[in-house]
Amino acid sequence: MTPPVVTGTSDTKDARNVFALRDFHPFEAFGARFLYMVPSAGIFRMDECGRAILDALEAGPRHQDDLVEKLNDRFAVDRVLETIEELTEIRAIGGPDAPKDEAPNDLPPADFPLNTMVLNVTNKCNLACTYCYEYGEDKIVDTQYGNQPKFMSEDTAEESVEFLLKQSGGQPRAHLTFFGGETLLNFPVLQKTVAYARRRAAEEAKTITFSLTTNATLLKPEIIRWLADNDVGVTVSIDGPKPVQDGLRVFHNGRGTYDVVLPKIKELIATHRSRPIGARVTLTQKNLNVLEIYRHLTDELGFREVGLAPVTTQEHRDYAITPDSKDAMLQQFEELADEWLEHALRDEHHGFTNVTDTIEEIHKGVSKAYGCGAGLGLLGVATDGDVSLCHRFAGSPEHTIGTVADGVDREKQEQFLVDHHIAEKTDCHTCWARPICSGGCYHEAHVQYGDSSHANLHYCTWVRSWTHTCLEIYGALAEKNPKFLERYDA
Amino acid sequence: MKRLKPINQKAGRIEAYLEHEAAKSRGDLDVVGLRTPPHEQDGPHYPLGCSLQFSPGWEVDNRGGTAGLCQPVERDIFDCHISCFWPAHVPDQLNHAPDWTGQCASAQKDWRKLDLIFP
Repeated sequence: MTPPVVTGTSDTKDARNVFALRDFHPFEAFGARFLYMVPSAGIFRMDECGRAILDALEAGPRHQDDLVEKLNDRFAVDRVLETIEELTEIRAIGGPDAPKDEAPNDLPPADFPLNTMVLNVTNKCNLACTYCYEYGEDKIVDTQYGNQPKFMSEDTAEESVEFLLKQSGGQPRAHLTFFGGETLLNFPVLQKTVAYARRRAAEEAKTITFSLTTNATLLKPEIIRWLADNDVGVTVSIDGPKPVQDGLRVFHNGRGTYDVVLPKIKELIATHRSRPIGARVTLTQKNLNVLEIYRHLTDELGFREVGLAPVTTQEHRDYAITPDSKDAMLQQFEELADEWLEHALRDEHHGFTNVTDTIEEIHKGVSKAYGCGAGLGLLGVATDGDVSLCHRFAGSPEHTIGTVADGVDREKQEQFLVDHHIAEKTDCHTCWARPICSGGCYHEAHVQYGDSSHANLHYCTWVRSWTHTCLEIYGALAEKNPKFLERYDA
Repeated sequence: MKRLKPINQKAGRIEAYLEHEAAKSRGDLDVVGLRTPPHEQDGPHYPLGCSLQFSPGWEVDNRGGTAGLCQPVERDIFDCHISCFWPAHVPDQLNHAPDWTGQCASAQKDWRKLDLIFP
């Protein structure tokens, strides 16, 4: 290894007092500079002297005495030395040969509690959206002719509830999400399962909460009433205004769904007041007007929250988002993010949940070993009771790690946790965004690379840009409205 | 931390850790109870007690810590000197140190009042 070039040192100087920049990502807000530390995910605000030291080290390693000499016309010697010491302590600077900091390569404890279970109560859908990962060209399970039953039985659903209560261990709370297919096609089982889960949770002195995702086509006044009365959180899959929705989200005969869902959604939002109703938008090459979609869903339809995610698909599909379009999409995300910040500075709500979720992670300083909780705190259940990593893998034999009746195959689960740990994703080891991204979605990786443990390399630039934007928003709030951030304390 | 300002929760934890390390190197750390949470203890947390395998429930909880025990970990002292089958490292209260626990009505609160015994 070539020894680093040290500016302005002589042989007599102590090599231990030579400093170089270490792993962090700088960002600014309202003229203040912050460091996002990697891999700890701590955020520190620099004072003038801290900034000057980091700027001086940009060109390469320097000796402490040289730093003092360079900066002594602006800052007192004591202040420079104290700042150097603190920067060293948080590991923003250090010896040029010091080994890189890495998060520990530890596996979670074997009895890690299950927090969320996603039940695929049916794998049937009354729509035929071409981009769908469950039925479209990139599906990983044969949902049409496969062995899985079309509907989850009441018995399997009850076994799933028992599984969740048992696997949640000492945790007082558990969460059950209903998913599909179109969830409401199996409304009778859903109703019975909620009642059963509530009774069983009470017997176990636990609290259980519920949510579901629906395309809204089957909502009826009595179903809406039931959802509201039972405090079931509802997310509606919807892609935007009429031309967009009717072009992508269609019935099997090709008819668009906008006119069908519009009155139902309005009634849902008007009736179900206990939990905010969210919209979940899949962005494709054919619907990329993010601002228009967001405005329509919030201003005209009344959704309180809107989350947008690019379609999961292989790059050659005609609805796959092209690299140029990804840039345009990010630009619009940034515009909405600026709007989110303006609202937050005034202590007002803004429904762009993509920002809200990232800000919460930044505030807590999460440094993830895994891209998400799949296979650990979150599991998916297929219609026959097979337990998989998450709902997106439900029914895929390759990603099944047990059954609700017999429990999780711990060896298989452990192998999954070893293979998918950030320590194994060497591509990520030089990326500053790894504490938050940790390689990304397993399903996205599976569709893109045929390997769920592969890092989502096709999204790297995008994730870094987006994380940087959210860091700037966080910094701006820390400067101008730090009280707003307290809502993420819990 | 005088010059840099911790902003998010993780930075706050890093600052607390650094302050703890500094206090340790200055030698001005207080004596801590056995029930002090692992993250506030000096160095890695090891379960205390002598018979880890045969008497589960009071040395270490199911997560390897002491927060979820059925009774306070200070109870160890009494389990050793009253009921343990193994000759334990506690004063012989029958012969040499009858008043050893005289000031300690509740081990959980009064463990600091247990005297040193010189045989």
